Amino acid sequence: MELTVALGIGTLAGAGVWLILRPRTFQVIIGLSLLSYAVNLFIIVMGRLQTGAPVLASRAAGDPSQYADPLPQALVLTAIVISFATTALFLVVLLASRGFTGTDHVDGREPER
Amino acid sequence: MLLVLPFFGSVIAGLMRSNARNAEAWLAAFVSLLGLVLVSTTYPSLANGGVVKVTLAWVPELGLDFTLRMDGLAWVFAMLVTGIGLLVVVYARYYMSPSDPLPRFFSFLLAFMGAMLGIVLSGNLIQLVFFWELTSLLSFLLIGYWHQSAQAREGARMALTMTSGGGLCLFAGALVLGHIVGSYDLDRVLASGAKIRAHSLYVPSLLLVLLGALTKSAQFPFHFWLPHAMAAPTPVSAYLHSATMVKTGVFLLVRLWPALGGTNEWLWLVGSAGLITFILGAFLAVFQQDLKGLLAYSTISHLGLITLLTGLDTPFGQIAAIFHVMNHATFKASLFMAAGIIDHESGTRDIRRLSGLWRFMPITASLAMVAAAAMAGVPLLNGFLSKEMFFAETIETHDNSLVDRALPYIVTLASMFTVAYSLRFIREVFFGPAPRDLPRAPHEPPFLMRFPAELLVFACLVVGIFPSLTVGPVLATAVRAVLGPSVPEYSLRMWHGFTPELLMSIVALAGGAAVYFTLRRYLLTSKGPPLLRHLNGKRIFEWTLVTLSWRLARWLEGHLGTRRLQPQLQLLVALAFIAALVPLYRQGIALAGSPLTDFDLAFALVWAVGIACALGAAYMAKFHRLAALILLGGAGLVTCVSFVWLAAPDLALTQLMVETVTTVLLLLGLRWLPKRIEGVDGGSRVGAIRWYRARDFIIAVAAGGGLAVLAYAAMILPAPHTISRYFVENAYTRGGGTNIVNVILVDFRGFDTLGEITVVAVVALTVYALLRRFRPAPDSIPVPEQQRAQNVADEAHPDRTKGDTIKDAMATPALIMALLFPVIVTAAVFLLLRGHDQPGGGFIAGITLAIAFILQYMAHGTEWVEARLRILPIRWMGFGLILACGTGAAAWLFSRPFLTSYFSYADVPLVGRIPLASALLFDLGVFALVVGATVLMLIALAHQSVRSHRLPNPPATGARSAPALTKGE
Repeated sequence: MELTVALGIGTLAGAGVWLILRPRTFQVIIGLSLLSYAVNLFIIVMGRLQTGAPVLASRAAGDPSQYADPLPQALVLTAIVISFATTALFLVVLLASRGFTGTDHVDGREPER
Repeated sequence: MLLVLPFFGSVIAGLMRSNARNAEAWLAAFVSLLGLVLVSTTYPSLANGGVVKVTLAWVPELGLDFTLRMDGLAWVFAMLVTGIGLLVVVYARYYMSPSDPLPRFFSFLLAFMGAMLGIVLSGNLIQLVFFWELTSLLSFLLIGYWHQSAQAREGARMALTMTSGGGLCLFAGALVLGHIVGSYDLDRVLASGAKIRAHSLYVPSLLLVLLGALTKSAQFPFHFWLPHAMAAPTPVSAYLHSATMVKTGVFLLVRLWPALGGTNEWLWLVGSAGLITFILGAFLAVFQQDLKGLLAYSTISHLGLITLLTGLDTPFGQIAAIFHVMNHATFKASLFMAAGIIDHESGTRDIRRLSGLWRFMPITASLAMVAAAAMAGVPLLNGFLSKEMFFAETIETHDNSLVDRALPYIVTLASMFTVAYSLRFIREVFFGPAPRDLPRAPHEPPFLMRFPAELLVFACLVVGIFPSLTVGPVLATAVRAVLGPSVPEYSLRMWHGFTPELLMSIVALAGGAAVYFTLRRYLLTSKGPPLLRHLNGKRIFEWTLVTLSWRLARWLEGHLGTRRLQPQLQLLVALAFIAALVPLYRQGIALAGSPLTDFDLAFALVWAVGIACALGAAYMAKFHRLAALILLGGAGLVTCVSFVWLAAPDLALTQLMVETVTTVLLLLGLRWLPKRIEGVDGGSRVGAIRWYRARDFIIAVAAGGGLAVLAYAAMILPAPHTISRYFVENAYTRGGGTNIVNVILVDFRGFDTLGEITVVAVVALTVYALLRRFRPAPDSIPVPEQQRAQNVADEAHPDRTKGDTIKDAMATPALIMALLFPVIVTAAVFLLLRGHDQPGGGFIAGITLAIAFILQYMAHGTEWVEARLRILPIRWMGFGLILACGTGAAAWLFSRPFLTSYFSYADVPLVGRIPLASALLFDLGVFALVVGATVLMLIALAHQSVRSHRLPNPPATGARSAPALTKGE
């Protein structure tokens, strides 16, 4: 299972990096989303693969060996929300830039030929 | 008291009405007079070599105290500052025109006086540098006083650049000195001269201090700013640029001589700078056609003389330097005043146009003559005495080099030029035929305008004739403050017998007259000095400025920077890759461990889909945006499933919701993007593009592969002990919840969450603000093709109205959405309430509720929803933020730190036991804010389709011309 996850993270990240290096804004926005999936998964697996969800079974102090690491999960939860906000912001900047410059090239102008 | 007074006066003067001319002058005069009296009353306690010191704690942690320290040297300078200040104020009262804004002038002048006193009275180096920079700044303001003239502005800027640049060097030098000595206290610095000279940092510290002193005193090669500073009003020139400010460099040299002097470096650096300046200034002064220009260069020359005296590195040299500072201040200030009077009464300062003024203003003429004679070193005047000392000092042997042996001859030659320009000043201006076509008819100035100059000239005479009676004791006090008790023999007398010095003086006087009469014809016609005419300091300065701040900056930007995003991102990714690679390369990476979990076929299949989706999205994103978006959603779902598999139910829920909202958002955005034309790139670009793609592909594969390897290597290692342990053990006992992730978010790390929701709110507001002024590209404005087709079809049938097709198509979904609305809202509330114990929480519930709203918009259209449902997203956001903050702040009421939580449980029928922690209120705030922010962003974007956009007029014909048109609006 580790190998599967590692390969998945690698592919997501590779596809994301490829896309953020492309010249069109829409490609970059898709690339950023893919990259954020990869990074979120990467952070999660830093807590190792565990099967017990971090929800206490009884109303008492928990035993750390029984549960998945809650800390990366808390980090990633906020990361998801923030990345949603940045995606929205980027989308609007993209649209505004397209409106101002008439092109969807990331530099705001078409490369010279 | 002494120090605060001028600044206080400055503030009052600054606040006065602009026509309160007399009141300001009186105030300034009173302040100066009071300062003068205060300074002179301290004399008795200094006369025996005593020091008056006042210390206030300033930054005790750094060992810095605010120290005022008055000794003999400081006393002499403080007397000059206040005394000449008083005279200049009286003079300025008559010189300045009624139309000038006088409060500003007197305010700056008084502040300058305060800053000068600050320099001479400073008892530590840092404080000295502070006042030093203050004088540079005020000099800038005073030179630029007539800011309507370009010349004044340029001169002011140049003076500021030079002197404050030097000030920065001095600051660095002071820091180095403080480092060597271990204290910034002046007494301690002066006492550790031997330590400083032996230290390895001696030369850098000397160079830095000298840079400060030489720029301020306008020494070669930094001399050129001073003539341009003459654009200032004449009282300012008299006060700042001859009597006081330019002397601070010399003051600093004399002051620090016990600490820094006595080495070959000092002799050569200071001595040669002084010598060159002395000769160059005297030479250039002869060829000036502007009265003030002549005086400026002569000031430079005399400063050079003083610097040379200091640089000769003997105690006797310091005595002569201090003495000449006093003498120069008196005669040069009076000469400037005379020049100002001539300018004021005749309307010009051009030596070629002036002549024969003796007939019109005999008193001014005689004053100027006596002062000029003092400048030339004519016997019976104070200038003669210090010149004698100077000549005597140059005859002494210092290091017996060639320059040292030639020195008496060189300085005699330079003194000839001094005599020549003094003579020229007198002869051309006051004698000869009566002037023709002057702008004004010259006449004597009012008494009080003349009076300050009279007083100074009187001082020149008295000092010249009875030196030991008048300045003898004062000079002795000042000298003792610098040299300590071991003062060498010196005598202040008119007549020392027939000495080599006297011979030099006579030669200089005779030679100077000869030089003047030889050059006279040339001077009347020439436009500048021979040989050096083309060496324009100002031009070099400007060239340097332009080169440094414009050309070099442009060159660097052009070669090292880029405004293009792609290279920047490439660099970023490459750097991240290298940053990860370096530690791995150094320490190695272990891939030999065995996996902790077994291979799972279902999971592998899920990921096969995920990988395909990711690759597909990467491939399709250019030409098939919708397909790419769907594939992106696929990858997101796989991630979501993985979260379930990896025991992260909260994340899975959040990811699912966010995925939905993101997809809707991007779909809304798609409408405004341009159409892609395939195969538009042709010709020579194909090769380049192929190369770009290959390069990016390599970067992408490297980054992805690297991350995969890193993830795998980390996963097969056993987990280290982290702070997670604490959270698991205390989530219930201290946070009152069983959902550890939620407890972390709203309780343990509540402050982070508060910050985060603030970010979300800011982003939402930014999106909203950006969209309010949104102007789409011209080709996206018309109604989309599909909608047009629908409208045409609708209008073709008589029984259909516009919009019926879409209504019909959406009828079933709309019904379902309407029915689902309460269900989703309930689910959201449920998720919110159980969040503390079970998967759920404010974030998830918030986005769920937002989805409920968005679905209505999608199914029924914007108008329909807004006619029935008013959502005020900004209010939701505000409420959420206030609630979250308020919950945190409520802890203060119970004298607990911000965001301390309290919890208990309540039984609610049907729902069961719900946690009633104060964290729930906090979570409610998060919930409200997330609802508001998400809805705000989506609705703002959705509204763009409803809004009618103005077409740019005239309609754009192509993408190329579009930018200019849209920007113009």
